[in-house]
Formats: sequence, C-alpha cells, structure tokens
Amino acid sequence: MAPASHPQRVSRGLLPDQRAELMLGALVCAVLLFVLALIVFVFREAWPSFTHNGLAWFGPGGNPDQQVQAIFTSADLLRRPVYTFHAWPIVWGTLLTTFGAVTLSFVAALFVSVFVVEFAPEAIRRILEPVVRLLASVPSVIFGLLGVLVLVPFIGQHVITDADRRSVAYIVSLSGYSLLAGVLILTLMIAPLMIAVFCDGLRAVPRGWLEGSLGLGINRWRTFWKIGVRTARPALVAGTVLATARALGETVMLAMVTGGVSFAPNPADGLVFFVEPTRPLAATILQTAEELTSAPMKHTIFALAAVLLFSAALLSLAGWAAKQPMKRYGVRA
Amino acid sequence: MTNASPPPVRRLPLDGTEATVVATGEQPTVAMPAGTAPGAPSFVSAPRRRIASAPLAIDRMQVEQLSIAYGSKLAVREVSLPIRQGEVLALIGPSGCGKTTLLRSLNRLTELTKTASMKGRVLLDGEDIATLEPTALRRRVTMVFQQPNPFPMSVFDNVAYVLREQAARRPRRAALQGAVRSALERAGLYDEVAGDLSHPALRLSGGQQQRLCIARALAADPEVLLLDEPCSALDPQSTQVIEQLIVALREQVAIVIVTHNLQQAYRIADRVAFMYLGEMVELGPAEQVFGAPREARTKEYVSGGFG
Amino acid sequence: MSDVARSSALATSGGRNPGSAPRRSARDSSASWRWSDRVGLAFAWLLGLLFLAATAAIVLYMMVQGIRFVRPELFVTSPAAGVSEAASGGFLDPLLGTVIVAVMAMAIAFPLGLAIGVWLSEFGNPSWLARVTESTIEMLAGSPSIVFALFGTLIFEQGALAFLSRTNDGVVYGRSFFAAAAMLSLIALPLIVANVREGLQAIPGHVREASYAVGKTRITTTRRVLLPAARPSVVTGAMLGVGRIIGDTAIIVILLGATLRFTSAGDVPLLGTLKGTGSTLTTFVYANAPTGDVNQPHKAFAAGFVLLSMVLLLNFAVDVAARRGRRWR
Repeated sequence: MAPASHPQRVSRGLLPDQRAELMLGALVCAVLLFVLALIVFVFREAWPSFTHNGLAWFGPGGNPDQQVQAIFTSADLLRRPVYTFHAWPIVWGTLLTTFGAVTLSFVAALFVSVFVVEFAPEAIRRILEPVVRLLASVPSVIFGLLGVLVLVPFIGQHVITDADRRSVAYIVSLSGYSLLAGVLILTLMIAPLMIAVFCDGLRAVPRGWLEGSLGLGINRWRTFWKIGVRTARPALVAGTVLATARALGETVMLAMVTGGVSFAPNPADGLVFFVEPTRPLAATILQTAEELTSAPMKHTIFALAAVLLFSAALLSLAGWAAKQPMKRYGVRA
Repeated sequence: MTNASPPPVRRLPLDGTEATVVATGEQPTVAMPAGTAPGAPSFVSAPRRRIASAPLAIDRMQVEQLSIAYGSKLAVREVSLPIRQGEVLALIGPSGCGKTTLLRSLNRLTELTKTASMKGRVLLDGEDIATLEPTALRRRVTMVFQQPNPFPMSVFDNVAYVLREQAARRPRRAALQGAVRSALERAGLYDEVAGDLSHPALRLSGGQQQRLCIARALAADPEVLLLDEPCSALDPQSTQVIEQLIVALREQVAIVIVTHNLQQAYRIADRVAFMYLGEMVELGPAEQVFGAPREARTKEYVSGGFG
Repeated sequence: MSDVARSSALATSGGRNPGSAPRRSARDSSASWRWSDRVGLAFAWLLGLLFLAATAAIVLYMMVQGIRFVRPELFVTSPAAGVSEAASGGFLDPLLGTVIVAVMAMAIAFPLGLAIGVWLSEFGNPSWLARVTESTIEMLAGSPSIVFALFGTLIFEQGALAFLSRTNDGVVYGRSFFAAAAMLSLIALPLIVANVREGLQAIPGHVREASYAVGKTRITTTRRVLLPAARPSVVTGAMLGVGRIIGDTAIIVILLGATLRFTSAGDVPLLGTLKGTGSTLTTFVYANAPTGDVNQPHKAFAAGFVLLSMVLLLNFAVDVAARRGRRWR
C-alpha cells in the first residue's frame, strides 16, 4: 500500500489565519512605526532650539513673547537666526495651572465619587452619573467660550480691585483673563474624568470587606473611607494620571481664558498672584503656530511640543510606578 | 419505641471494624449513651470536644418574640431564646429556614437590606438594641462571616484597624501592640504569626485567615460573638482548630454559631436551636436535641431525613 | 434550672462580666461617629450637589443663549467678511466642515482601530509586540492633540504629499481637510481600540471554542461570530471617537488653514474642497469668541449651541448602546 501523500498545503500558500495574522500584524506595526516617527521627528525638529539654549531653555530671563518676536523677525530679515529662548514663564504657568487644577479636582472628585458610590440616595445617583459623563464630553472650546463671556468679566469686575491693579501697574495689567479663571475651568473639565475612574475603582471593592468592617462596629463613613478608598488606590492613581495628562494637553480653553501673555505669576505679589495672567505650554503653541514658516520659529515651537510630549510620557511612567508597591498587600491593580 | 421508622442508618465504624448497615427495625449494634432513643444519629456516640463545663451561664441577650420580614415574606416567625455567656448556642436547620437572618438581626445587620422589617425585640444586657446606635451595638456584638474576609493590609493592621477606629482618641503604639497581641493570642493565632506581624493578611492560609477574623472580632472586646458558618469554607484540619477555639472562648463571650454541619453542632454546642421555615421548632441542650428530640421534625432533620 | 434565676439576677444588677474591668468608658455610642466623620459626610453631600448644580448651570446657560441667537438662516448661509452681526453670515461652511472631518477621520480611524483591537484581543503574538502596542495606544490617548497637529505640518509639507493640499509658488502649504482628518484619526484611535477590545474580551471563551470545534478559522470566527456579538461596544467606541473628533479645536486650527469658508484648491469639485482649507464649528466658535479674530459673540453662542447639541445627542446614543451591550453580564 502506497503511503498517503503529504497534504498539498505548501503550494497553496499560507493558511487564512496566518494571512490574517500577518496582515493585522503589519497594520499594527505600521501604526507603531508612525508613532515612532512622530516622536523622532518632533524631537529632531526641537533639537536646535535646545542646543542653542542649553538648560537655560527652561530658565528665566527676559520675556518669551519678545524673544519669540526676535526669533521670528530674525529669520524674516535673513539675519543670523536668533534662538534665544527662556521658557520659564511658560513652564511656570503650565505647572501652576496643571497642579492647581489637579489638586482641586482630586479633592472634589474623591468626595463626589464616594458620595455617588455609597452615600447618595438612589434618585440623586441616577441623575449625577449621566451628568458627570455629559460634562466629560463637552468640547473645550465651549468651556472657553463660557469662561470668556461669564467667568472672566466676573473676575475682572468683582474679584480684582483697583488696589490690586495698582500694585502691579508697571509689570502687568490685570483684566479678568487670569490664572484663576484657567484653574477653575480646568478643574471643572478634568473632574469628570477622575470621577469616572474613581467610581469604577470604588465599585470594585469586594463587598465582603466592607460588610466585615461594618460587622465589627465601624461606622459607614469610616468603613468606606479606610477600607474602600484604600483598596481603590490604584484607581485613584490611574484617574489622577489621566486627568493630569488631560490638563497638560488642554489647549484651546486655556488659550482663551488665561490671558495670552507669557507672564510668570509671582507668588510674592500676595493674593494678586491668582489673578495674574499667564499662558501655558499648549496654549503658547496654539497662538504662535501661525509663525511656523520661519525655521528658527519652527524649532522653538517644536521644542515646546517636545517638552509636552516628554511630560506626557513621564506621567504614564510615574503612574505605572506608583501602582507597583500596592500589589503586595493584595490590593488589585 | 417510636411509631415512625427512621430510614436505615449507616453506622460508621469508630474502631476500625466493618461498616454495618442497620436495616429498619433492627437493634443498633453500637453502644449508645444512656437516654438516647434508638434511631438517633450515629455521631451522637462520637466523643464531644469539651474542655470543661462552664461554671456559670450568664444571660447576655434575650430575643423576645422576634419576627423579621423581607418585604411581605416572613423570614423569622416569633422566635424567643436566651443567649448566655458560658455556653455555645448553635442554630441549625435546612437552607432558607431563617437562621442566618436571625443571626444577622442580633447585631442589626439586617438593616442594611432596605426591604427588611422587624417586630418584637432583642435585649442586650437589658437594653433594647433598637434604642442603641447600630455602630455602638456592633462593637458589643461582633460577627465573623462565612468567607474569611481579612482586609488588604498586614496581620497587625487588620487587628489594629479595629482598635484604632473604635477609640475616641488615637491610641499609642505601645498600647496597640499589647492589645493586638492579646487578641491574636485569644484567637490562637499569635504563635503562628508572631515572627512577622507585617505579613500581608491575604497570604495566610484559609484557616489562619478565619482565625484572624476571629481575632479582629475579639479585639473589639465584645460581649457576644456571632459566627455565620465560619468553617464551611475551610478544610477539616483548620475546622478542628477553630472548633477548639470556639469552645475555649465560650467562657469569655457568649457565642452563637449558625452551622449546616450537624456533627459540628454536636461537637461544640452546649445548646441547640433547630429552626425550620422561620420557626424555632426546638430549643434545648445538645444531648437532648440530638439524642432524644421532642419534636418529630427535629428527629427527622437530625437523622438526615431531609436537609 | 437554677442558673436562669441566677443569670437574671445578675442581669438586673448590671450584667457586668465578672473578672474584667469596666469597658465602656472610651467607647460610648457618641464616639462611634466622630465629628470629623460627620463633617466628611456633609462635605461629600455638599460637593455632590454643587457638581450637579454647576453642570446644570453650564448646560442650561448654553442652551438658553443658544436658543436666543440661533436662527434658521444661520444654518444655510456661509460666513461672510462683515463687521456687523447681520453682515457676517451664518455657519454653513463650518457645519459642513465638522461633518466632513468627522467622516474622513473615522474612515481612517475605524478600520485601523478595529484591526488593532482584533489583533490585540484575538491574536497578540509575539507578546512583547502586544505590550508595546498597548503602551503606544495608551501614550496616544494621553498625548495632547496639538503635538499631533504639529507633526501633521511636518508630514504634509513634504513634497511627496503635495497632492493632498494646495501648493503656493512651489511651497507645499500642507493645510487641508486631508491633513486635518489624518491627524484627527489619531485622537479617535485609542477610544476605538479600547472599546473593541473590551467588547471582544467580554465574550466568554466557550463561544470561541464552539466555533473552533466546528472547524472555523480564527479570522472567520472573529468576523462572523465575535464582532457581531461585540457590536454594541464597537459602536460605542466609534461614537466616542466621533465625539472627540468633533470637539477638537487645536488640530483644526493648525491643519485646516484659517479660512472660515471653504477655499478649494484645484478644479475637481469634491477633491478640490478636500484639498483646500476651511473651518469647523469649533474653529468658528474660537474665531467668534471675544478673544478671536472675528469677535461676534452671538454667532459663537449659536454655533456653540449646535455643537453642544450634537455632542449631547452622541452622548445619549452612547448610553443607549451601552445599555444594550450588557448582554453578557
């Protein structure tokens, strides 16, 4: 009896599954390469600005707006290109708005999510949850519009006094466009994100732990706070990282509301510090992007973008690192 | 002699002899304790795990005509029984008979279910528990649940949590350490964890976790300890350790245990309450309920007729 | 039994456990709720209600102002270069622009997102590649859209891609609907991938096993069994993606040129428009706000109202789809 011949698979080519896997894999690799190219090219374009300024790029020294003008005109008039750029006021403004909004939002989001998951009556919970989702999807330009037409005039007329204006008269002019407006609206924008992630984390706490604590005579508030919130810590970290990334990247609303001048609010000014204008990183890029045509401007703007990109990557890493120690005690991340 | 003939009982050998099947009507071949009616469950002759009889049984709680309903469905009907320190009270009965509901009503955990309503009253040391604040009540009447549920913290923190959260002021570290140690000792766990009190509690074995839960419950210094089928999720070894612990603890706290396991109830209980469909059918000393039950339903249940 | 009499006597005398000191001193009932607990609970209530009030205020204000200023002719008139409100036209072009970029960007993002989601969920070999992909998608989700916009300028100003936008005197302009849509797809991609994965992973394993057991290949199973079952999640992902796309301003401002009306590049009717510049509702609002070039706040309100309504509708649709998708739970 002749042995059966081998199946003719080889000549027919790849199996349908293998073909599909290769095709999908190729698409995935294409996307990955695209993102890699994005990172590489952004940093490549940014490099000249960093080499010309060194670490002083991040430092104080002069007014970035004037420096931008100088950079722009230098190329225009075919003079030797000027790269001098000290971005400290921009960096400081970014730090202030981001940190301020994330802090306020964290406190608010924590209490609101504890309220929603555990203590709210059913009727209120059913309204509050869709409302939070709604707020998360409102476009930032609408927030900016409302900020400019409602909050900024309010701050300009009712919060800032003439005495305040006089105290910084020779340095900067105080209209309602301020750090305060930016932080308040940014808080409102990122809080829903945090609330959504926090609620998911709190809901995932095993009921047995909460019931066990109640059965030991601990009141509901302490039970939920000490056991529930503690168990949900990875979700707290995840939510905070997500919200910080969003706050860093917020462009349009901050551009409209914080004043459009690269000014570093000065804590030494006392309470006036909060109503001084500023312009964070992303907003700066947006408002100088029309001048991308000249080469040194392009490098400067890309340098700003590179800083943004780097911070976003650093945030992801920090979030991942913060979750590691919690896994030891059985807190599921 | 009884009129109803019990189903054939398979006698398990106590001394290595062959298992024998006693057909209906035959005399049992294994010697039974005096006063036991024929047809009583085989385990009645097994040795009872008892250290010494308690010197004095003090009334701690009194359940008076308690009825509990979930919505319109009555789960517990007019149950009355005393709960005493110095003895272990076991609640037995088939699934759905209301024993867990009764247990949970003793520390007002039934209030967590929105549809639950209660009639009658429960007294703790003479006070109606409905007049006490629930959280304060639950410190005096603590509960251990079926599934061990240690918190995601270290062993030390699990016990210290109770002490910290219940104190009016933040307790000092030295006081905490002493109290944690004594609670762990009372629960018979201290020797096993003394080496490393910061060991994550979730990495202990099942039996150790349940003993940790008992230690937590004891750290609250309760007057009554409620146990809801504490060994049903554990292996026989751990079960034995915990049963010995329960019997040793009965002099310090009143103990009420709900159990599905009739042999366990026989081993450790001083008094047994048999519940069926929400009613308390029979209440009495363990030898009497298992050996010579007064009610026909009790006899049917303890000899395995239904369950 | 005599101990009953003894125990009730003890009960009436106070019922203290003989042999242990009085235990109630530091733990009476008022200590079970410390004042800090009550303050905390009150604060939680306050913030919850405050949040509700703030959102209601925003939405209602936008709606009221929008209805005040929205008029039917705004929908059909193009923006015009006029100083007064009456002369500055409507927002037809921006409205169409929003629709166009949404369609174009989803045309890129949806197949890509679906492919990546399927690959991650059903294939995923080698595993290091899967992890890198997950991290990359997460990174995309967390990056500011303005960085994508800038990268877009780099790409589309290259000579090779000159056919996608206008060329002025030999310099590729690089701003067009194609450019904007390409970069907008990047911000929708993570949402689609996440939802596709979630939908596929929610399907229990026995469904797949049943399909393999009758000899179907993995790809056929995915196409014919799994994806249809995961349809609610896929649709949710797509709608969330659309929501993000129509809400974005930064990419449009930079990559769509700064013209309020469609300015087509070339003679071919549709292609010319797509190669040309224009605006969307978001840039229209941005330009008409007091901080923008045009500064017509009433138009901004009207356009904002339309934009918000679109977003609300999408949100509502996502809720409906999510509710229908609870089949497996």
